[in-house]
Amino acid sequence: MSAIPLSDIRPLGATVGKKVLLAVTGLVMYGFVFIHMVGNLQLYAGPEKINHYGELLQNAKPLLWTARIVLLAAVGIHILLSLQLWLKNRAARPVKYSHQDYQAATYASRTMILSGPIIGFFIVYHVLHFTVGWAHPDFVKGDVFHNVVVGFQNPFVSGFYVLAMVCLGFHLYHGAYSLFQTLGLRGPTVDKRLKVVLTAISMLIVIANISFPLSVLAGIVKLPAVSAPASASLAAGK
Amino acid sequence: MKLNGKCPTGPIDTQWSRYKNEIKLVNPSNKRKFKLIMVGSGLAGASGAASLAELGYNVEVFCYQDSPRRAHSIAAQGGINAAKNYQNDGDSVYRLFYDTVKGGDFRSRESNVHRLAEVSVNIIDQCVAQGVPFAREYGGTLSNRSFGGAQVSRTFYARGQTGQQLLLGAYQALERQIGAGAVKMHPRTEMLDLIVVDGRARGIVTRDMVTGKIESHLGDAVMLATGGYGNIFYLSTNAKGCNVTAAWRAHRRGAFFANPCYTQIHPTCIPVAGDYQSKLTLMSESLRNDGRIWVPLRAGDTRAPGQIPEAERDYYLERKYPSYGNLAPRDISSRAAKQVCDEGRGVGPGGRGVYLDLAESIARLGEGTIRERYGNLIEMYERITGEDPYKVPMRIYPASHYTMGGLWVDYNLMSNLTGLFVLGEANFSDHGANRLGASALMQGLADGYFVIPYTMGNYLATEKPPKVDLSHPEVKKVEAEVAERTKKLLSMKGKRSPDSFHKEVGKVMWEKCGMARNEAGLKEALQAIPAIREEFGKNLSVLGGEAELNQTLEKAGRVADFLELGELMCRDALVRDESCGGHFREEHQTPDGEAVRNDEKFCHVAAWEWTGEGKEPVRHEEALEFEFVHLATRSYK
Amino acid sequence: MSGNDLHLTLKVWRQAGPNVPGKLVTYDAPGISPHMSFLEMLDVVNERLQEKGEEPIAFDHDCREGICGMCGLVINGVAHGPRRATTTCQLHMRYYKDGDTIVIEPWRAGPFPVIKDLVVDRAPFDRIIAAGGFISVSTGNAPDGNAIPVPKSSAELSMDAAACIGCAACVAACPNASAMLFVSAKVSHLGLLPQGQPERKARVLRMIAQMDAEGFGGCTNIGECEAACPKEIKLENIARLNRDYLAAAVTRRPETGSGGAG
Repeated sequence: MSAIPLSDIRPLGATVGKKVLLAVTGLVMYGFVFIHMVGNLQLYAGPEKINHYGELLQNAKPLLWTARIVLLAAVGIHILLSLQLWLKNRAARPVKYSHQDYQAATYASRTMILSGPIIGFFIVYHVLHFTVGWAHPDFVKGDVFHNVVVGFQNPFVSGFYVLAMVCLGFHLYHGAYSLFQTLGLRGPTVDKRLKVVLTAISMLIVIANISFPLSVLAGIVKLPAVSAPASASLAAGK
Repeated sequence: MKLNGKCPTGPIDTQWSRYKNEIKLVNPSNKRKFKLIMVGSGLAGASGAASLAELGYNVEVFCYQDSPRRAHSIAAQGGINAAKNYQNDGDSVYRLFYDTVKGGDFRSRESNVHRLAEVSVNIIDQCVAQGVPFAREYGGTLSNRSFGGAQVSRTFYARGQTGQQLLLGAYQALERQIGAGAVKMHPRTEMLDLIVVDGRARGIVTRDMVTGKIESHLGDAVMLATGGYGNIFYLSTNAKGCNVTAAWRAHRRGAFFANPCYTQIHPTCIPVAGDYQSKLTLMSESLRNDGRIWVPLRAGDTRAPGQIPEAERDYYLERKYPSYGNLAPRDISSRAAKQVCDEGRGVGPGGRGVYLDLAESIARLGEGTIRERYGNLIEMYERITGEDPYKVPMRIYPASHYTMGGLWVDYNLMSNLTGLFVLGEANFSDHGANRLGASALMQGLADGYFVIPYTMGNYLATEKPPKVDLSHPEVKKVEAEVAERTKKLLSMKGKRSPDSFHKEVGKVMWEKCGMARNEAGLKEALQAIPAIREEFGKNLSVLGGEAELNQTLEKAGRVADFLELGELMCRDALVRDESCGGHFREEHQTPDGEAVRNDEKFCHVAAWEWTGEGKEPVRHEEALEFEFVHLATRSYK
Repeated sequence: MSGNDLHLTLKVWRQAGPNVPGKLVTYDAPGISPHMSFLEMLDVVNERLQEKGEEPIAFDHDCREGICGMCGLVINGVAHGPRRATTTCQLHMRYYKDGDTIVIEPWRAGPFPVIKDLVVDRAPFDRIIAAGGFISVSTGNAPDGNAIPVPKSSAELSMDAAACIGCAACVAACPNASAMLFVSAKVSHLGLLPQGQPERKARVLRMIAQMDAEGFGGCTNIGECEAACPKEIKLENIARLNRDYLAAAVTRRPETGSGGAG
């Protein structure tokens, strides 16, 4: 054998390069998820606030579509590369151990390949549910508050949201931690604090997101009786 | 026959540089036309192969392990000597030369040793440049420690893993050449014979340990860097795979075996725990810097060490050798331990052990400092024995560790067999009758990096070895003999495993030809060993096939060679009717147990010639002359 | 034999050769002293097999003092067994109880095919080193050892990484059979020293390219490698490798010829 010419090496095609892309796309999505969560907190401020927020986003078309395209690309790349890496990783151990006893692996780290697809499926559902409305029983374009409350009144739908958010939590926890490792940003001094901060942020996102369906189910967030009598009577009729 | 070491003459400090100025050189564009064979990939083998490949030669390297990085040089712990005088404590090339000649009990060649001391400084530079992470001071300069047999601090170290780090440096240099296509590596390949054509070593016959394939490899010269034969004792600090086969096969083909009785017993090893014991583990001698060695004053004292008051302890090394104390040379320390155990004052199971006590140093320097210096050694001890050296003194006992004897070579590192070069521990050249601590790494790397590249060029340029190809009848003959021997080992269908024979001969050797020898014992051994060999020939069992990985077959071949070597060692020990260094004849000692040399009769190298199976070997002598260091009684008092 | 001896049941992977199927075979192992090392226990079992005319179990081993990196068994699902920072040869039977069943398997990874029983081929590690795991300094080129001061902290960190023995437990333990810890140890060892700087970027690119070509999996930052490593090589090294890799990928220039003119 002889030394590999540097010019033949495509850094982004290597496992490490792909991991970097996974990390970068993951970071984009992490940022989105965080902002999304913060925006959605306006649910607690009542229909006007959140509907206005929705309107604001809908009116900033160039921004909205840029964000959508970037996110779609990030999701696409993230899925494609993780599949490629997953296949390579599987191929690297063609014969399994009769028994393997993990010493350090966290549950989150070993289930990325499960939590990922669940979240992927969830995103599709979520878009159809709240953005496009195809998967919504009573979608009112522009009335975000109405759509959310009505959507979450179904305990199965809410249950799925909760499950997806738990998966997201695991995925974010290991993903964010990995991101620092993959981008080489970890060191002995940041390590411990990093874990605390990442755990906290991931938990915040999950708890806040889970609180939405739970609040609806618990009746803490409900449709205002005066402004939407039709919906109210519908609910009362049940 | 009087052997000629071909040493340069004249002032010792310019011999090597004059030699280098006078040798013939190979034109750079001609170097690639030569193919060289290197057997062994330890410090000497890897460094030699890499250096020769860097010069442009084609090199093929063979090792029995799965990777050249695993050669047993990797296990050396303590350090490597070099006359850098970085510590400003009066060290010099001359002093390292002097200490080594004296440490070897005046049984080595002055010229070789001086060259070794000279190139020691280049070795450190080379290793640093390769990225060996030697210990450093806060200012970034290299750190040193002191070691047995020297009164200056000249030992460079990388924690307790100096051998590992030096070997990785040489291994990386070797892999670089493999990557560049200049070296072809044959791992898991064992040399089983030497091919000699017209009086010249021209190649080797090997067995691929995975497929069982027997193959010949030819070259313009053959180099053996195959280590020592300390595993003859079965229990030693050597790796389980270390063996004498390559050297012994070369010996049977005509290479002289020099001073086989010079074996080094290392004073600080973990004692034997039971009869299942497969090897002994060395605790670096550097521990003697901060550990005090003692036994109870009274024989049969079975109290726990902590309950023996200071006044009832015998710090016997400090008592007997006040100026060197716990740092007395290895042979002296080992024998002193044997002596106190023979007196019934040994400690631990079986009473074959002495304490190495870190308590005082822990009190003086703090546990942190001790941990920093010896942490990994102490952990290793704890793993093996289940005892905590920070609380209880360690128990140590001597064990076979290194062999100063080996194939005879001249100043060029060439054996009496033209074209056969021998490097590192496998040759006999530099340590005389005893090797000082931290000198093995130095010698292995000196031979590989800085000696063989010159002497090999001189050989090739001078001799221009004629072409030989694989169809040569001699090649076919040796190959057939190897295949025959392998078949024979597989076909014996006896009852006993090779290991059982190894254990048996090892016990004889340890008892009769170990730390102390005497005429009666050696004669008994010379009766016992042929008997074991005969039983081996009748009752060996090797299961499994030839064309596959067969570890029992590998072992059987190696034990067969140990069974022949053992006899030669005892013979050499019997003829050498004096005590010197690691060879201690009980008949020749002072009233307080010090070795007594006989310079009049034995100031020479004994090199043995194989004359055939069942025939007496012939002993040749190479006279040793001491022009620059005066023959003196070695005293460490 | 004493009262403390253990009576064990071993389930050992037996495989006659590289391309034949293997299976776990059960052996009864009475009379095992707790002071034996794990490999000495296997020696005893092998000696008994030999007496019965059965072929002994093949396993790799050499120095038996935890430094050569030749030995390595997956013991009850853990590479090198249960003890932290311990190679198989340094593991002692005092960590087992009478009556225990011990499952012994070889390292399992696509790039490490089984040669026989518990012996695997680890040649890919050598090829990764040959691809760039060195400092290109030919014999004789070196300046004085003290010419370049190396901060003590760098030397120590470098030594931490250089302690890797190339046993491949990291690969064996990794759910992805990734060699990243091994590669990162070498990249860190050399990259932390001033001597290693000139080739730092090319080294990491080349070694990773070779690692991928050998068919190892990628790192998913799980940490099993670190837990299994007998020399306690840290995950931090992988972060360093990633950092170096990123820097190398970003700043890479095409190689230019450097042939001297005359």
